[in-house]
Amino acid sequence: MRKFGVFVVSLALLAACGTDSKPEAGPVELRMTVWSANEAHLKLFNDIAAEYKQSHPDVSVKFDPIPFDSYTTTITTQIAGGNGPDLAWILEGSAPDFVDSGALVPLDDTLNKTDGYDLDDVTAAATKLWKHDDKLFAYPFSTSPFGVFVNTDLLKRAGQASPAELVAQGKWNWDAAFAEAAAVNAKTGKAGLVVRDFDYKTWDNLASVWTGWGARAWSEDGKTCTFDAPEMVDAMTALHKAIFVDKAMPGPGVAADFFTGESAMTITQISRASLLTKSFGWDLVPLPTGPKGKYAVVGQAGLGVLKKSKHTEAATDFLAFFTNPANSAKLAQYFPPARKSQLTAAGLAKGNPLLKPAQLQSVVVDGIATGVVKPSHTGAAELSQLVRAALDPLWKPGANVKAVLDGVCTAIDPQLSK
Amino acid sequence: MTAVLDRVSQAPPVRRRGFWTARRRDHLAGYLFIAPQLAGTILFVIVPLILVVWYSVHESNPLSSESEFVGADNYRHLADDQSLSGVLAATGVFSVGLVVLNLALALLLAVLLNQRLRGTVVFRTLFFSPVVVSMVAWTIVWGFLLQDNGGVNGLLDVVGVDGPNWLRGDATAMLSVIVVQVVKNVGLNMVLFLAALQGVPRELHEAARMDGAGPWRSFRSITVPMISPTILLTSIITVVGSLQVFAQIAVLTQGGPGNSTTVLVYYLYQQAFQFHHLGYGATLSLVLFVIVLVLTTVQWQMRKRWVFHES
Repeated sequence: MRKFGVFVVSLALLAACGTDSKPEAGPVELRMTVWSANEAHLKLFNDIAAEYKQSHPDVSVKFDPIPFDSYTTTITTQIAGGNGPDLAWILEGSAPDFVDSGALVPLDDTLNKTDGYDLDDVTAAATKLWKHDDKLFAYPFSTSPFGVFVNTDLLKRAGQASPAELVAQGKWNWDAAFAEAAAVNAKTGKAGLVVRDFDYKTWDNLASVWTGWGARAWSEDGKTCTFDAPEMVDAMTALHKAIFVDKAMPGPGVAADFFTGESAMTITQISRASLLTKSFGWDLVPLPTGPKGKYAVVGQAGLGVLKKSKHTEAATDFLAFFTNPANSAKLAQYFPPARKSQLTAAGLAKGNPLLKPAQLQSVVVDGIATGVVKPSHTGAAELSQLVRAALDPLWKPGANVKAVLDGVCTAIDPQLSK
Repeated sequence: MTAVLDRVSQAPPVRRRGFWTARRRDHLAGYLFIAPQLAGTILFVIVPLILVVWYSVHESNPLSSESEFVGADNYRHLADDQSLSGVLAATGVFSVGLVVLNLALALLLAVLLNQRLRGTVVFRTLFFSPVVVSMVAWTIVWGFLLQDNGGVNGLLDVVGVDGPNWLRGDATAMLSVIVVQVVKNVGLNMVLFLAALQGVPRELHEAARMDGAGPWRSFRSITVPMISPTILLTSIITVVGSLQVFAQIAVLTQGGPGNSTTVLVYYLYQQAFQFHHLGYGATLSLVLFVIVLVLTTVQWQMRKRWVFHES
């Protein structure tokens, strides 16, 4: 029996220790996790991988789409189970967790060595989030400003002015946007404005609204909660009124997808343009101006190589190819690049048959130049959950906005001060 | 016959010395018979259980793959975790609600469907069919039905009732999760009760009727005691099952609104896999283990008080 006990314990320890990563010779299959299952996106990735295979016949790359909602949890679980990807997209929100934990391989050496890569062309604003101790741990392959997609047919049906006209007249502000959205809902029964992917859970997408009031989730150093600041209270009060009084936005638990024609406007990033069909007329305009004037909000995504990968060298080399100037220009049609030389409306227009140069200039080029990056923090998942739970009481009619926001700070202060 | 006896007498005598005595051979055969089951239990139950204890005294970050021994820190954290009391309360509400509603409804359905009426077979199939449906598919469909502009409120609208936003109100969200789970699994308990009911001898009811007992008295004094072993079985599996609820919470409410539906299993999943506190998650799962163990032991001990006959 004692021998049996020793056997069980050693089995347990063996399982606990896991296996060390060792480079393997021979053909290599790299797995790269992405959160887009969009066919157009995947075709582009596969084309780039096929081109890479021509010069590196031993290396093939498999793109593994994981649903956006559970993306970070899924890859973390895979990593913990010793089954992590070789390369992974990383959301800006969890960037500090990945970059600071040492989960990723530094990229500078490989990128600098790659012919024609020109790492200096990548803006410092874009790489800031992905650096630790002055080393780059993920490449900011997407710096995507939020814009407003507009269903022009639906607005016309509700007798509303087109947002493009309002932009031209300098009248495209949140009051006007909410008023148009409310009118659509009242006259057509369709939803007015939808903050895409927010769904009363993914609250960080609301940064695309509250930044117009000059509000932010926490201070620059991440140590002080600013949900209870007057700017945030004003922004959330306006949002609450738009949802529950004016019905300009669909309430919680109501599904309304812009791209199937169910809502008049949606705030999202240009990578979603690939979801547009020809079933209705559409336009893309910048975010409305807020009480603090014109503003832009940027969502970032990085691409990194996991240290636990068995093929870190091959993976880093593929990353350098995937994000080189030529491929960066191709990816630019969905994922705006962080390369200065490619950030011109004319340049972007080449890869973006769907969007007009004027739209690209006002939303993408200007947006990236002035944009505030969505909130990020170490311990992102826990913080995000605490805010989500504390904000829930706000999403009902008659909520006391100030009290709820004070509650958010009470909930997250201990976490921020860690 | 003689030939057979001759052959037997000519057979070499059984070697009594050596290691493989008959007794040992029997033991070996026995062990070989249980080996597959034992291997499975060791690999998938015992080893993970030991690992959970090992994890609970470490703090590991899956991203950095660093793990450090922290002793009883995670256990001490149980005491100062401000969310834990709310989580345990939600778990209690869910379990009590589920067990009471499930057993009551299952028994009611079983009694009704035990009548010799036309169409009972159809209804038995109807109530049992959700049991075989995939849990996640079942829950996703209910997620759509329970939306503010979903099917349930659509139906209520037809009869002039303005339904609540089921999954967004604290009380209605918990109620929704319980009901979705009850409807899913009530068929299993119903079938167990039906089988038990059919085992109750008809003569007892007849004798009671002749003694002047009404249907309620006869149900209370004959049916319930006669099926009490099944009530014990169903209550144990339902209590244990209710403490392990996960998919419904993950799909329908993600623990919200607020933390009103964050039950223990969902909370430990959040801690371990979303917040990267594997050690604390493991500690919470040991808490769950102890709760299940205690509740099951209590139920098992209490059976002597109320379970009628045990063979």
